[in-house]
Amino acid sequence: MIALVARDLRLAIRAGGGFGLGLGFFLIFVTLTALGVGPTEAVLAPLAPGALWLGALLACLLSLDRIFALDREDGSLDALLTAPLPPEAVAVSKALAHWITTGLPLTVAAPVLAPLLFLPPSALPWLIAALAVGTPALSAIGTFGAALTVGLRRGSLLLSLIVLPMYVPTLVFGADCVRRAAQGLDPTLPLVLTAALTLGAIALLPFATAAALRVNLR
Amino acid sequence: MSLWEYANPRRFMALTAKVQPWCWAVAVLLCAVGLGWGVLATPEDFRMGHSVKIIYVHVPTAFIAINAWFMMLVTSLIWLIRRHHVSALAARAAAPVGLVMTAIALATGAIWGKPMWGTYWAWDPRLTSFLILFLFYLGYVALWQAIENPDAAADLTSILCLVGSVFAVISRYAAQFWNQGLHQGASLSLDAEENISDVFWIPLVITLAGFVFLFVALVLMRTRTEIRRRRLHAITLRERTA
Repeated sequence: MIALVARDLRLAIRAGGGFGLGLGFFLIFVTLTALGVGPTEAVLAPLAPGALWLGALLACLLSLDRIFALDREDGSLDALLTAPLPPEAVAVSKALAHWITTGLPLTVAAPVLAPLLFLPPSALPWLIAALAVGTPALSAIGTFGAALTVGLRRGSLLLSLIVLPMYVPTLVFGADCVRRAAQGLDPTLPLVLTAALTLGAIALLPFATAAALRVNLR
Repeated sequence: MSLWEYANPRRFMALTAKVQPWCWAVAVLLCAVGLGWGVLATPEDFRMGHSVKIIYVHVPTAFIAINAWFMMLVTSLIWLIRRHHVSALAARAAAPVGLVMTAIALATGAIWGKPMWGTYWAWDPRLTSFLILFLFYLGYVALWQAIENPDAAADLTSILCLVGSVFAVISRYAAQFWNQGLHQGASLSLDAEENISDVFWIPLVITLAGFVFLFVALVLMRTRTEIRRRRLHAITLRERTA
């Protein structure tokens, strides 16, 4: 499993664009949000929690179809699935590698981008916490969606149609946590719920992902 | 004699060929009686006026929209566990029906919301969860259409249906988490203290039953079409290879 994660990370770094692409998208999204709705603090500050979460979510979505597609093209996915490693472990490793290449950098970059949208500084720790706790769920759900659509030639649009509705709870709780923090309310409840979603997703979804991979192996 | 005998496509076709016309007849009869009674013969509500009559379309479609997904969940489970093709095809057949019912429920709700709440749309928990249900239907139908191998498609959509059900339920509670909305609570439950008045209730229940039969008839018809399409495909394959 560790070898698989390390391999995916190496591929992401050496093939280029692994870390940078999602971050660049996040920056562009934040910039475009400010340009689109108007650059005043009165408009942007209430939008900031939701916009930052949306940006993270879309940046995450952008890199989903590469999780399995490249491996399938060169046949290494078949090799992985016939290896002694159970497909569930492959699913976990893939989700973990995806999180390290997208979710983690997004979490680290969010506090830098948050002032661009005038997010109150008091909400910054909560933004980091919510993203750190919530993005693993995005990766786990996304890996499941990628496994469902891996055999399709034009899968990426379908992938977003399937994955985005499943992102709803994470988005609601995660953005609500930051919003409450920005308004000076107690944000622990949504944060705990986000964590619960993530734990549930990590615990259960690899089995569904593995089932989908097995179907695609046939 | 057990229910599983009808998992045999031939038995299923023979049975449904007999049942289907009756389903249609009952559906048309009940819908005609219920809708006719509801629209023409009930008094106007003292607050809502004429617009209350849209309830005879709104509530049954919403009811079917949710229960169609539930039926797909059950048939998907049967397919995953017992590998009966008819079950997978029934799930496939039900999805577009559920999709359309969800769309009708949303549309009639919007039309009803304008005079009552002064807005077509509000981010109310019930409305939001219905919109999310609509998106899940879309993804499910799109996945069925995208995969060419029928068995792989049945497997993958079944998995999606199971996982999607969990997320649909969580989304429903997540939407509730924001606020209490404009939409009233359940007004048809059997155990509720306050239900809507009998004058509206009886035609509504008749229409509801009519829509259930309509749903069954539509799903049977679509399942039969899918089975025939599968047979046709098998025949053409055999002739090409022979």
